[in-house]
Amino acid sequence: MNTSIRTTGRSLGTAVRTLLLATIVLGVGYTLVVTSLGQLLMPAQAAGSLVRDEEGVVVGSSLIGQSYLDADGQPAPQYFQPRPSAAGEGYDGGASSGSNLGPENPDLIAAIAERRAQIAAFEGVDPELVPADALTASASGLDPHISPACAELQVARVARERGIGEDEVRELVARFTVGRDLGYLGEPRVNVLELNQALDEREG
Amino acid sequence: MDALIAVAVLATIALVIGVLQRPLGDYIAWVVTSPRDLRVERGVYRLIGVDPASGQTWRAYLRGVLLFSVAGVLLVYLLQRTQQWLPYALGLPAVPEGLAFNTAVSFVTNTNWQSYSPEVTVGYTVQLAGLVVQNFLSAAVGIAVAVALVRGFAARRSATIGNFWVDLVRILGRLLLPGALLAALLLLLGGVVQNFTGFTEVTGVAGDPATIPGGPVASQEAIKLLGTNGGGFFNANSAHPFENPTPWTSLAEIILLLAIPFSLPRAFGRIVGDTRQGTAILAAMATLFLVCTSALVAFELAGQGTAPELAGGALEGKEQRFGVVLSAIFGSSTTLTSTGAVNAMHDSFTALGGMVTMLNMMLGELAPGGVGSGLYGMLVVAVIAVFVAGLLVGRTPEYLGKKIGPREVKLASLYILVTPVLVLVGTALSFALPGVRDDVASTSVWNPGAHGMSEVLYAFTSAANNNGSAFAGLTANTPWLNTALGVAMLLGRFVPIVLVLALAGSLARQDVVPATAGTLPTHRPMFVGLLVGVVVIVAALTFFPVLALGSLAEGL
Repeated sequence: MNTSIRTTGRSLGTAVRTLLLATIVLGVGYTLVVTSLGQLLMPAQAAGSLVRDEEGVVVGSSLIGQSYLDADGQPAPQYFQPRPSAAGEGYDGGASSGSNLGPENPDLIAAIAERRAQIAAFEGVDPELVPADALTASASGLDPHISPACAELQVARVARERGIGEDEVRELVARFTVGRDLGYLGEPRVNVLELNQALDEREG
Repeated sequence: MDALIAVAVLATIALVIGVLQRPLGDYIAWVVTSPRDLRVERGVYRLIGVDPASGQTWRAYLRGVLLFSVAGVLLVYLLQRTQQWLPYALGLPAVPEGLAFNTAVSFVTNTNWQSYSPEVTVGYTVQLAGLVVQNFLSAAVGIAVAVALVRGFAARRSATIGNFWVDLVRILGRLLLPGALLAALLLLLGGVVQNFTGFTEVTGVAGDPATIPGGPVASQEAIKLLGTNGGGFFNANSAHPFENPTPWTSLAEIILLLAIPFSLPRAFGRIVGDTRQGTAILAAMATLFLVCTSALVAFELAGQGTAPELAGGALEGKEQRFGVVLSAIFGSSTTLTSTGAVNAMHDSFTALGGMVTMLNMMLGELAPGGVGSGLYGMLVVAVIAVFVAGLLVGRTPEYLGKKIGPREVKLASLYILVTPVLVLVGTALSFALPGVRDDVASTSVWNPGAHGMSEVLYAFTSAANNNGSAFAGLTANTPWLNTALGVAMLLGRFVPIVLVLALAGSLARQDVVPATAGTLPTHRPMFVGLLVGVVVIVAALTFFPVLALGSLAEGL
């Protein structure tokens, strides 16, 4: 019995020393090495792919979606609108989240029907034309992208609100549209933040 | 078109893993068998007071595993409870007792279940010194236990099965740390952040206030996947653009989480001196992986269900950049391993798609399973399979020259029973105990009807199998679920480890019996079929009734 207690005591000592060493090397050391290499080799990515306005002030990150609302909290019509968001009150970067509503959840079913009607009215189009990504909340609630179909749906309204030609808007949309990675990974997508920023800067 | 793309993505994964598993498996075999210690390792052994040349009996090996894990739980618990005084706490208070217990257990058991929302619960010190460290350590412990079992098969009349501390140090230093460093740099390249800036408040493009989160994410993300851990830096896990910015990083993350589990069969074959045995195990894992993953992709693309049909696609809870195909393949990979990271919300998957994610875990997470746990799980199934085959032909079963006697069969059978008991009893108690039922129904469950039942079933399946993913609508931060899931994680991790190490000890003691004409060859397709059959039959018989109450009721 005594030997067994002694062995256990010795093993516990080893366990504690190993744990402390691991905390220093793997918790602190490893993180600092990656941080240093990140700052050195890929500073823009490490900092969060920040987007600045013409005066150099950070207005967001090209990877994190934002909301584009008017003073009344309604979608601002001169901006391309992102997907529905379940992060906080919507696009809260401090509270990423999906809706987690299941496929038969009555609240989700009602929300999809309501969004379809709202978007169709807002854009003045046939409800059948509203694509699935515009009707559904993303997984993170911070999805920076919409589908090309969802962008096309909004071109006429944005052009009208800004008093510019639809072709010009369409050209900008094309500039911020990327296809599937390597031609087959993921989905084609339009970066909403970069697009809206470019629209604002164009008017200067 | 989507089906074609899915085939192309799966073919890419198969190609990369197929090419990678050979050298990586050989490398892992070298790491755990090489007779030479590196100079820095010798320094570490002196520091922690270990003689690297001494072997351990299975009991001593187990004592090391358990004491190390207990110490780990205590440290992570203490860090959370004292968070308010630690640097970079981001102004967050101490984590409450029940949640701190659940989280400590969760990360030490390689589950990485998250009852909490990281953004509002844990600061950077807890993330680094507590969670990142356990991301490394729990993965290394899993691999070490698998290696000990493999040594049991390889040894002849041996009382020892290796030295836990040596295995731990070598797996960490020669495999996980360099692997995580490379992976972190790759993820950084794709846009994963790595900084200490906390939350930055800015005025957005349209003048709305916007928050940009920060943090040392790339370093944590890398080991989270490489070690099949899965605990996200952010609440949205690998769906968060700062954890997984592009489709190609998503593919890279899938490959990272599959790399070690799919390479361990090769290491196993190397160590037992017959690589064909490893190939058979790999083939069984790959078969199950391809079937389950294809099924999940097909269900999600079909988009059955009222809400997906109304929207015109199953995109609720999925990111536009990933779409249905990459989300489904990620979801299947994460539940077939013990990872539990998600790049889409499983709670919003179609009813049958969600069922496949659960079924993947119910198979026992061995196709390819967690790092280490997948291999030892599949080897236990192999023991059962040769036993079943032995019964059919009336011969004493053998595997790799070791007789599978009553003791071995008992240990293997107990192993197979542990997680189903935890899953079914835990789920049943949640709805049967009077006080608990009201709490679960009114507080925890998020979706009404059969789907709500599935949320609780998913939680216990995930905890007992040490997966960590969730039907995340479930509010698990309640006294009952924090405690019950914490216990399920502990028992689901350590009872199998006790049984596996006992099995290793019992096998190591035996001499090798020479193969005869009557010995069942365990490297041929027939044996692969037998392995797959045993896995599927055990899981189907155990879980069909409860799935019928949840996902099948919802989806059919």
